[in-house]
Amino acid sequence: MADDVDSISKSKAGDFVDAPINKSLSKEDKVGFLREMLRIRRFEETANKYYSAGKMGGFLHLYIGQEAVAVAAASLMGENDHMITAYRDHGHGLAVGMSMNECMAELFGRETGCSKGKGGSMHYFAPDKNFWGGHGIVAGQTPLGLGIAYALKYHEKEGCCMCFLGDGAVNQGAFHESLNLAELWDVPVIYIIENNGYSMGTSQERSSAHGEHLAQRAEAYGMEWAVMNGSHIYELRDGIGKAIKRAHKECRPTMLEVDTYRYRGHSVADANATKYRTKDEIEDYKLNHDPLNLWKQQLQDEGLLNENDYKAMNKEAKQEAEASAEFAEQSNWPPESDIMADIYYEVDEQTEAGLTGQHFFNH
Amino acid sequence: MPEITYRQALNEALAEEIERDPNVFIMGEEVAQYNGAYKVTEGLWKKYGDKRVVDAPISEAGFIGMGVGASMLGLRPVMELMFWSFAYVAFDQMINNAATVRYMSGGLIHCPIVVRGPANGGTNVGATHSHTPENLFANMPGLKVCVPATAYDAKGLMKTAIRDNDPVYVMENTLLYGDTWEVPEDEYTIPLGVADVKKHGSDISLIAHGRAALTCLKAAEILAADYDIDAEVVDLRSIRPLDEDAVLESVRKTNRAVVVEENKPFCGVGAQIASLISEKAFDDLDAPVMRLSAIDAPAIYSPKLEETQLPRPQDVIEKVLAIS
Repeated sequence: MADDVDSISKSKAGDFVDAPINKSLSKEDKVGFLREMLRIRRFEETANKYYSAGKMGGFLHLYIGQEAVAVAAASLMGENDHMITAYRDHGHGLAVGMSMNECMAELFGRETGCSKGKGGSMHYFAPDKNFWGGHGIVAGQTPLGLGIAYALKYHEKEGCCMCFLGDGAVNQGAFHESLNLAELWDVPVIYIIENNGYSMGTSQERSSAHGEHLAQRAEAYGMEWAVMNGSHIYELRDGIGKAIKRAHKECRPTMLEVDTYRYRGHSVADANATKYRTKDEIEDYKLNHDPLNLWKQQLQDEGLLNENDYKAMNKEAKQEAEASAEFAEQSNWPPESDIMADIYYEVDEQTEAGLTGQHFFNH
Repeated sequence: MPEITYRQALNEALAEEIERDPNVFIMGEEVAQYNGAYKVTEGLWKKYGDKRVVDAPISEAGFIGMGVGASMLGLRPVMELMFWSFAYVAFDQMINNAATVRYMSGGLIHCPIVVRGPANGGTNVGATHSHTPENLFANMPGLKVCVPATAYDAKGLMKTAIRDNDPVYVMENTLLYGDTWEVPEDEYTIPLGVADVKKHGSDISLIAHGRAALTCLKAAEILAADYDIDAEVVDLRSIRPLDEDAVLESVRKTNRAVVVEENKPFCGVGAQIASLISEKAFDDLDAPVMRLSAIDAPAIYSPKLEETQLPRPQDVIEKVLAIS
């Protein structure tokens, strides 16, 4: 892990401020990024609180520490740019514009949830916002992201699909098959490895054979790749922006690796979160690499933010998160009849095709 | 009515749907320039070009998963598996993604994908190439599975599968590709979930799907000629959705049933049918429901022995006589 922390410390939050993609940002844009990151952080903290209080089932994979990645990526999305990710999906969902209410209610398993309480924490979806999930199987989303981008190309749209994955996903076969197809067929997909150093409890050193970087594996497929600091909005926007431009203008894929870190365990149920890494490591990260702290400082250095504005924004985010938990808790459970809905399109829509034969076999 | 091969019927279905809907495209190993490993897609690449008929590398998890993703955005991929046995390397994509994404998104997404190819034993290619996974896939709510036995059914079901807005897995049979059947020149489709009584009879119901339905037809001929038994042959055609009414109606008439399949016995489609009959037509039965499946071992290579591993007409007759 030390190598990665070193590489993170090489760049600064203010680097890439003059990159063309960042130069056009307004004060509102820049402050907006902080607001979005704060919203994600407070949402996750609130979710954690209610999860620990037994209000939710299943798993809860928190995005705390990685907020800059989803916020920077979402800030670059145009009409035909899409996003798909794995199970650590709350940050991406909020970043593309899903409401805290629908996201929190999904965690609580209520009918007002984004998936009507049918997907849970790992399975957020908002196709109207070009967000295609939320996928529970490690690397299972990587061929899907390829397919979304393939469909854009098929329809001759200038767009891309950003397909996020964790560093633990890079050893799955489906991912490698996807890389081959992406480069072979010039598919405008961007694979973004959010490298937080651990695939669950196994460090990168114990799980992945690689040269200097995981993304270097792209070279084997003749694919463009880059590594960037996952805590710096400017750098992320510059790197992801270049990949999007490649997808739009050349219809070609890219593999990006962003160095990031998660404060918490793999999931909240990860009792060993502080055992496979040192307290010093976590503390160092909080102090020197937290994307929120770094961006806040950057905005202050640029004279765009004062402490009062920050406090107000932080308070607002906390209140919004708390209100979403209240909304979730007051929402109804899905009706029992809902168990049998949303399985087949043709049955739900009562089309002719949905009327012939037995679709279900309940006794 | 002209007679065409099962292969040609599929080829026509694919061509007609490519022409009908610009979102339909075919992808698979050797489907384009090679004209298809079993020539089902012969001539389509030449006629419709690179965009509509795409050769994929040997990478089933990758390209089928890609098709699932593309279908989420509204394309209608028709993915060929050279053998259904190869579905096992794409299983995660076909189950975890295609079957569940609609449910987990609360109905926001659907996957109009077709996966097709041959699923059969009997060709001496050993256990890895002889799987018949219709029961495995039909076990998954969210998926649809059909197994056409004739050229007529193959064409009508394939066209329906491509137009369906849910994932439909079509399992064909290499032993049938060259067989000819009457197929109308005018356009037609066959709905999923509708069985076909391929021979009417009054003494016993032979319920089958895929090539086993044809085995039952041969058995029925012999039963009529040599044993004076008038067997009815019900071809399920579609496994999920399943035409339960057709099964029950037949059994209520004949009061006896043998369920025949080329799949292995444990939790096979036959088990589902036998359970259905015992639950809903128990009082109509004059004898226990009998099952006939492939012999319960991995598909053997040895050509002489493999012949005996799959149900033959004489095996069907033996079961019929045991309860007649």
